[in-house]
Amino acid sequence: MEKDIESETEYVETKRKEIAVPGDIIASGTNFLPGEGTKREGNDVIATRFGLVYEEGRLIRIIPLSGVYIPRRGNIVIGEVVDILFNGWQIDIKSPYMSFLPISECRGFINKRDDLSSYFDFGDMIVAKIIGVKSRGIDLTMRDRGLRKLQGGITIYVNPNKVPRIIGKKGSMINIIKDNTGCDITVGQNGIIWIRGDTVNHELLAKEAINLIVGRSFVDGLTEKVEEFLSKNNKGLKIIKREERFEEKEEKFEEREERAER
Amino acid sequence: MTYTKRFDGRAFDEMRKIEAKVGVVPNADGSAFFSFGDTKAIAAVYGPRTLHPQHLKNPQKGVLRCYYDMISFSVTERKKPGPSRRSSEISFVTSQALSEVVQLNNFPNSVIDVFITIIQADASTRCAGINAASMALAHAGIPMTGLVSAVSVGNIGGNITVDMIKEEEDYEEDGEKYATDTPMAFLPDGRISLLQLDGKTSPEMLKKAIEAGRKACVKITDIQKKTLKSLEAEK
Repeated sequence: MEKDIESETEYVETKRKEIAVPGDIIASGTNFLPGEGTKREGNDVIATRFGLVYEEGRLIRIIPLSGVYIPRRGNIVIGEVVDILFNGWQIDIKSPYMSFLPISECRGFINKRDDLSSYFDFGDMIVAKIIGVKSRGIDLTMRDRGLRKLQGGITIYVNPNKVPRIIGKKGSMINIIKDNTGCDITVGQNGIIWIRGDTVNHELLAKEAINLIVGRSFVDGLTEKVEEFLSKNNKGLKIIKREERFEEKEEKFEEREERAER
Repeated sequence: MTYTKRFDGRAFDEMRKIEAKVGVVPNADGSAFFSFGDTKAIAAVYGPRTLHPQHLKNPQKGVLRCYYDMISFSVTERKKPGPSRRSSEISFVTSQALSEVVQLNNFPNSVIDVFITIIQADASTRCAGINAASMALAHAGIPMTGLVSAVSVGNIGGNITVDMIKEEEDYEEDGEKYATDTPMAFLPDGRISLLQLDGKTSPEMLKKAIEAGRKACVKITDIQKKTLKSLEAEK
């Protein structure tokens, strides 16, 4: 379920760890292709955003360090229901544009004549996927794996540019937090993160670990630091690893089945 | 021509001590502090975000909206808070000076709000405001072709005076105002995006003033860039 979300973005190591500001000449000559956040001016490639310079073969681009979330097609985001219209919901995904989730893009059949607030009410948080970015707004869908209404837990907001760092290479970083806190975590590309643990303390521990990553995203060996932080600050919290939890569930399920057979 | 030595002992082409900082407003998407001596400006950038009122929306490109405001304790005589004729004019020229570098066509139907607050004023507040705002815009991750830098250049009795203080702006001889103040802003390619004039000057003197301003702005741009680059290294 979460794997889908995590494969969306992968954390990339930058070869050149230099910071560029708008107007900086980051490459000269015609060998380079200007990518995102850059612009060709005559013979030079200049940076148009504040961020890290990243070279990928001939392509040169800027990895931004700041800025609001700019929606892209295919991104999985977490948003809040802010309005209920006659054929869908308006969702706030913390981007410059409002996004819309029509009834037709929801899972299962929803009767138009029903009270739509019985499905998603004001203030509900949902995980959705962006299927279109048009000038009139963003279209969302719920028809995919892992897209759902979030129940319980807490949501936090972080700088959306740090999301790849929080997830880590193939989800390595987020899995460390999940394993060491026993929390369910869903990271939206728009910087909203949902955490649900056994107790509030579990959730807060996970939250602090995420804030640590956001605050020190340029420190080398961050993975070890996060592990150290989690083991140091775990004040006697009982942590049930996710695999164990699944086993527990399966056992219960088997028990129930046995009982039903009897 | 009796003004041969400046009140604070600077050389005529010397600016006051410049201080710059980035990330001073934690809740903003980008923010910066910039000061020329006792003139201190804070700029906070929010957005791109949805534009209200909606009738200002432009479906072809985004809107850059600037608010310039002087805090009531920024000057010796208490300034009445709230917008005034002067502050709305400065807000307008600031957004004109900055919109040339900001790539607004990336954000149709949305707005980038820039709030410039002068916390202490000692002449050339609009220049300090533009410098702070340009850094704050870069810090907010907004695509720009470069940084804008601004400086005010004066002409006191034929002396080109870079970065005037309030005393110089009000310099009088024989009960007559003697100083001319020319705030100006330069784009990275050397074009001028702001040029105002308060007082009297000749075309030759104006040309000289612009050249002096251009030189000073190169230094300012360096400071702006250095400050932005040191941001991540601090952590």
